[in-house]
Amino acid sequence: MVDTLYNIGLMHYLVVAGILFTIGVCGIFLNRKNVITILMSIELMLLAVNINLVSFSAYLNDLTGQIFAIFILTVAAAEAAIGLAILVVYYRNKGSIEVEDIKQMKG
Amino acid sequence: MEALLVFLPLIVGVFVGLSSQSISVKKAQIITSGGVIISALLSGIVFYDVAINGNERTIQLLDWIDSGDLSVNWALRIDSLTAVMLVVVTWVAALVHVYSVGYMSHDPHAQRFMSYLSLFTFFMLMLVTADNFIQLFLGWEGVGLCSYLLIGFWYKKESANNAAMKAFIVNRVGDFGFALGIFAIFYVFGTVNFDEVFAAASSVSGRNIEFLGLEVDAITLICLLLFIGAMGKSAQLGLHTWLPDAMEGPTPVSALIHAATMVTAGVFLVARCSPLFELSEIALAVVTIVGAVTCLFAATVALTQNDIKKVIAYSTCSQLGYMFFACGVSAYSAGVFHLMTHGFFKALLFLGAGSVIHAMSNEQDMRKMGGIWKKIPFTYAMMLIGTLAITGFPLLSGFFSKDMILESAYAAGYSDGNIFGAFAFWVGILAATLTAFYSWRLIFLTFHGKSRASKKVQSHIHESPKVMTVPLLLLSIGAIFAGGFASIKLGIVAPDLEFWNGAIVMLGEFNVLEEAHHVPLWVKALPFAVGMIGLCLAYICYIINPNLPKILSKKLKWAYNFLLNKWYFDELFDALFVRPTKSLGQFLWKSVDVGIIDRFGPNGLVFISQNVARVFSKVQSGFVYHYAFVMLIGLVGLIGWYMHVNVN
Repeated sequence: MVDTLYNIGLMHYLVVAGILFTIGVCGIFLNRKNVITILMSIELMLLAVNINLVSFSAYLNDLTGQIFAIFILTVAAAEAAIGLAILVVYYRNKGSIEVEDIKQMKG
Repeated sequence: MEALLVFLPLIVGVFVGLSSQSISVKKAQIITSGGVIISALLSGIVFYDVAINGNERTIQLLDWIDSGDLSVNWALRIDSLTAVMLVVVTWVAALVHVYSVGYMSHDPHAQRFMSYLSLFTFFMLMLVTADNFIQLFLGWEGVGLCSYLLIGFWYKKESANNAAMKAFIVNRVGDFGFALGIFAIFYVFGTVNFDEVFAAASSVSGRNIEFLGLEVDAITLICLLLFIGAMGKSAQLGLHTWLPDAMEGPTPVSALIHAATMVTAGVFLVARCSPLFELSEIALAVVTIVGAVTCLFAATVALTQNDIKKVIAYSTCSQLGYMFFACGVSAYSAGVFHLMTHGFFKALLFLGAGSVIHAMSNEQDMRKMGGIWKKIPFTYAMMLIGTLAITGFPLLSGFFSKDMILESAYAAGYSDGNIFGAFAFWVGILAATLTAFYSWRLIFLTFHGKSRASKKVQSHIHESPKVMTVPLLLLSIGAIFAGGFASIKLGIVAPDLEFWNGAIVMLGEFNVLEEAHHVPLWVKALPFAVGMIGLCLAYICYIINPNLPKILSKKLKWAYNFLLNKWYFDELFDALFVRPTKSLGQFLWKSVDVGIIDRFGPNGLVFISQNVARVFSKVQSGFVYHYAFVMLIGLVGLIGWYMHVNVN
């Protein structure tokens, strides 16, 4: 048991990534407060994917996965910037970023 | 020159009509009147050349329709009949144009009015110069359109709008017959050109065609259908109801369209088609009977009317009846002769009435006039001439033409044994008595006796301006001399028909015009005698004892009401046609259209899609995380399915 704890293998990374991803998904769907939480949850999911990529890259001795991770980080940063910018503008226009209030598309 | 004559009114009419917003009233009046006056002068030259020198001609302008067997040219056919009509139409039109300059001077839409008048003149010229039935039909419909526009000229007046629509719709009935007649002509003859049809007429005589499942004589059918068209346009009994209502239009319109020109188009049509009518005894009998009955009917109604224009309108209707039964006894030239003289004296009466109305501050009810002859002596003199002419006072126009008609009817009835001719003669004599009575009644009520107008109106009575009185004067010259000139100098009703040069045809051994000159003396004297009786009766009733008519109308209440309500024709048609049509329309609208077609058609589709959309729109919550969740589930589902397929 202890041995398993000290010998950290691929499995552990994947489990952590899975947990992180699930937390992210739940953060999106169960969150009723504000949109920033959703953005953060999306970041969390991206990170989970990154962990997956990096761990597979190390496991398979293939650098492609790590390069991919770098790309994802870049895209995630850009996405976060745009997302926050949209949020700011939205707040200015509507005066609220409550998730409950954002339902203009209701039929 | 002939083309200029015909198209000049069109050009000025369209020009003034299109620029009626920007052009000044004065310019519009000068342009339209000038154009029509030039036309009138040209028509004088054409009349001299064609009718007197005998140079009849047909001017080809262009091919119009060339489709299979149907080939229609656009051509101006100028023969003696056309020449006579040209003179009547353009001269009366020119005088009415000039008169309108004064009469309509205060109207804000005088430009539009002048433009319509010119346009009407063009269509009327088109009608009389037509070379084939299609072209005739074009002019026929064109004058109907202008009549509609001019009756409804004061479009803010509801009664004027209704009258305009009534005229249009009643004419539609006649035009339907006319159109069928043209179809029948094309079916039988294979052409619609006058020359070819008339040349082939005798060879078609006796042929039968099937119509509504019946075998009928082709020529008779054609003539009757054409005559239905003529009845509509010329307001003969049954289709006459629009004419009195048409008096809602401005008075110059009544004079030009509803007295002198358009309403006589039916007579012109019958005279033009004389080669066809001559071949059908039945059609001639129908023409005679309808003409005679209309003549009497309209004269009786005119006895009781109080509106000065309605009296003259019914008088027109009655005189048209004279023209038709003249045609019915084959005396076409007498009919056209009366058309011509009537054009002058009836236009004179109408324009005179317009002058009276003008003087009386737009009052048309004769019960509110009286005793004004001293104040407007010129108008009085003109009306007097018109009345003398219409009652057949010797040596005035009406004397020649009306006597010729009555003598022809007598000759047809007693020398040829045509019982319809005899019937028409006696009805005509009776109507002549009534004509004299109501014409003099109009004069006495309007100009003589004590004034019944209000003080305010009385103080305003004034003679009309020169621009209105000069046309009256010119028309009065026509009303006095046209009959004698045409009859004695031109021989318009001579038995040999030399004047007409083939434009009017009389077949058979019996020459009604020849016989008409040899009727007994009492027949010749009778119209004048009954005219005098009518005058005396009117004098007794309205000058000597003004209370007599009131007593009479109380004693003979039912007869009086019967006449006052115009034989209840309007009510009859209302019950027979208008109301059933209305309720049918109501039913089709409310029950069939709205109830069935709309309900199960478009509205049903709308209902279904609306409800489906309402259900589905509930799915759209508007929350972003719901959409994201659906996307996730979808993604999981897709991947799951993909893996499931690949694994197996």
